[in-house]
Amino acid sequence: MGNHSDGTPTSSDAVAKAGHDEVDKFQDPGLAPHRLRLADTDPKAAKRAERQVAWLFIISIAGTLLFFVAYFGIRLDDTFGTLRLQNTFLGLGVAFAMLGIGTGIVHWARALMPDHEVAEERHELRTEEDRLAALKIVDDIIDETGIKRRPLIRNTLIGAVALAPLPAIAIFRDLGPLPGDSLRHTLWKEGERLARDPDGTPIKASDVTIGSAFHVIPESLNSLEHGKLNAKAKAVVLLMRLDPQDLNPSEGREDWSYNGIVAYSKICTHVGCPVALYEQQTHHLLCPCHQSTFDLTQECKVIFGPAVRPLPQLPITVDADGYLVAQSDFHEPVGPSFWERG
Amino acid sequence: MSAVTETPFEPTTTTGRITNFVDERVGGSGMLREFGRKVFPDHWSFMFGEVAMYSFIILLLSGTFLTFFFDPSMAETHYNGPYVPLKGVEMSVAYSSSLNISFEVRGGLFMRQVHHWSALLFVAAVAVHMLRVFFTGAFRKPREMNWVVGGVLLILSLAAGFTGYSLPDDLLSGNGLRIIDGVVKAIPVVGTYISFFLFGGEFPGTMIIGRLYMMHIMLVPAMILLMLVIHLFMVVIHKHTQYPGAGRNDRNVVGYPLGPVYAAKAGGFFFIMFGIIAFVAGFFQINPIWNYGPYDPSPVSAGTQPDWYIGWVDGALRLMPGWLFNIPMEWHIPLPWGTNTLSFNVLGPALIPAGLVFTALFLYPWIERWVTRDNREHHVLDRPRNVPTRTAIGVAGFIFYCVMWAAASSDLIATHFQVSLNDVTYWLRALFFIGPIVGFIVAKRVALALQRKDREIALHGRETGRIVRLPHGEFQEIHAQLDDYKRYKLVGYESPVPEEGIPNENGIVTKKENLRSKLSSFFFEDRVAPATPSELEAGHHHEAVEAGDDDKAITH
Repeated sequence: MGNHSDGTPTSSDAVAKAGHDEVDKFQDPGLAPHRLRLADTDPKAAKRAERQVAWLFIISIAGTLLFFVAYFGIRLDDTFGTLRLQNTFLGLGVAFAMLGIGTGIVHWARALMPDHEVAEERHELRTEEDRLAALKIVDDIIDETGIKRRPLIRNTLIGAVALAPLPAIAIFRDLGPLPGDSLRHTLWKEGERLARDPDGTPIKASDVTIGSAFHVIPESLNSLEHGKLNAKAKAVVLLMRLDPQDLNPSEGREDWSYNGIVAYSKICTHVGCPVALYEQQTHHLLCPCHQSTFDLTQECKVIFGPAVRPLPQLPITVDADGYLVAQSDFHEPVGPSFWERG
Repeated sequence: MSAVTETPFEPTTTTGRITNFVDERVGGSGMLREFGRKVFPDHWSFMFGEVAMYSFIILLLSGTFLTFFFDPSMAETHYNGPYVPLKGVEMSVAYSSSLNISFEVRGGLFMRQVHHWSALLFVAAVAVHMLRVFFTGAFRKPREMNWVVGGVLLILSLAAGFTGYSLPDDLLSGNGLRIIDGVVKAIPVVGTYISFFLFGGEFPGTMIIGRLYMMHIMLVPAMILLMLVIHLFMVVIHKHTQYPGAGRNDRNVVGYPLGPVYAAKAGGFFFIMFGIIAFVAGFFQINPIWNYGPYDPSPVSAGTQPDWYIGWVDGALRLMPGWLFNIPMEWHIPLPWGTNTLSFNVLGPALIPAGLVFTALFLYPWIERWVTRDNREHHVLDRPRNVPTRTAIGVAGFIFYCVMWAAASSDLIATHFQVSLNDVTYWLRALFFIGPIVGFIVAKRVALALQRKDREIALHGRETGRIVRLPHGEFQEIHAQLDDYKRYKLVGYESPVPEEGIPNENGIVTKKENLRSKLSSFFFEDRVAPATPSELEAGHHHEAVEAGDDDKAITH
């Protein structure tokens, strides 16, 4: 008995039994006796609390005034300095205005309002009498409609109500066009020059030194009248130059690069973030959103992270003027997978 | 009594006349009689619901202000405002008007920051409030439906946050939308169509901001408001729960009357919260959209983070390996009309963890009610330690959530602690499975240990720290017995034993009943029973004997 409850309670019969014994239970002693606060017994303390509450309200008034001083007194002169200053003092003003009222009221309630806890009986959520009465009402209503006796009405009503919402679904059809094959094409086509993102100046093969990387758009992108972002969201490309020995092109892709210069879609095959980080030393491309990592030396095969497919490669070559151009569009859809992708 | 009802009331003051006018037309005095002194129990943990409601009110106020200046159009424009680095840059009208609110509308930046900080606080308060309700068992009968309404409110608050997050059309939120587009496209059969309908064509299109705006300022807040009203209505019907303690039971409610104390405290608390948010908005910058630039599908900044409440889903996306031991997680399914693609590496993490968490959350009250066969009304809360298994389940779920949440910052963890990003991901992948199990075991043991501590204190009193030397040389620490009120708090709980399967009317224990009995063992088998008066009595006796016994050391 000296070592009372340190053992496993399940192994102790005495303990397990104790919970089941309704008689051997501590009885509720009722609410603890009320303890008076200082302000209840000492009029001086009460007066002091009163003054404190009043001061808090005065601080609130000062806070509101501070807001107006900051709003009208600080002139925005198109610099961050004044903007920050005004923002800070607007915040301080409102904070004092609100905290003064809030702390004042709470202090008032805690120090001066009665703090006797009271008990209130809970009443039943429903009585059996109510339940029976409600049941009878429902029965009467159903009976008066006669819906059980007239199945023809019931069945046609069910049919009508089931069909009626369909237009509400169909009417949303024009939210957007159908996909068609738009996800399979980009701006790239034979002879389209590779240009710098965002200014659109074309890139010469001789500009691309070993180890460098370019963010690339199709040259014709910036002259688009409409849908520039849509086109850009599919067409952006990363251009890098490696030592040709580091590239290991598979069959049929040997001539997709030029002098070690390769171009890959910048849109992650996971959920479409731009794969913007190029680790020059390891030849890895990293997507900053979910850390999918692609290995340039293995045709951008996924070596880490949630992506499955390699980044699609854009076949490139040079034109007569020495500018880098696309041989064709991508040979597969770029970006995240979709059901119809195949 | 009858004299009062027969004599018509004649108001004498102006206030009296106005209130009487209202009272005679809508019957306000009946309502006031019902609610004016309604009793509310007081506890700091009841504040989280209030925080949620008050931050929602602040969201409505600051959000309304922002709508007066914000233009959700995605039409192209060239920036012509005071912020020099973006002068002449091509951007959407939405982004441009967000910059305008920040730089040119006096107090606009302040209101944006108030709005964003309150939004973060709102979702956090809803989540913490739900944790409080879960761990204290406040979801039990009769409050199961209100628990479900709370769950819906949590989802709606996430929806409100996400739709608002994207509105400024800056680079950061645009990349968030891009991720959503990628996830939507992964949905089998209809995904591509939903994406095209949502964006009005290809991503990003020119429709999405306007559509999100409508949802953000009308549909979602209206639904939140509706759910909030239902939520509060049920609180009034049920009356508030209370923590266990002397004088508190399932038939009463002990606390302060609404008027004046409770109303003053709760009302005052609104102003305090507003003040704190204003202070934070004044001093701490959030979402500096001018640093991100307008949305463009090409650039992205490293170390991008979603707002905290979306983090767990984003983290799940990061944790999922695309290749599992050389098996791709994207499958090409040959069907009669051609090959279709199922992107499980996207769909799985986007749907399964969130689906698990919300399904478990919504069903839990019914599961526990079935397992424990406890169909009684409960108005007194459980102290989390007194229901160790539920507490452990809650902790396991919380850790499951937190691992995913941490994964959303895997890159920042790697850069801050100078460790390999890949290793961080591998560890988090392991923790995704192991963490909840360890959390369950540890939480359950801690709860049981705390219960034993309670027993110890209830039976032997608290340690006073006073060591006395007895005349015969023995040292003893004096224990002070608790008063009846404090002791009742430690012993006034139930600790049921596991139940054997109960045969049905044919005398057969069905498979379902067998399962229930097994779950009942799982739920109740490690139990600590509350201390009893006879144990206390025996303890007193025993101490008296031991104190007079020269040979024995006291081992308290």
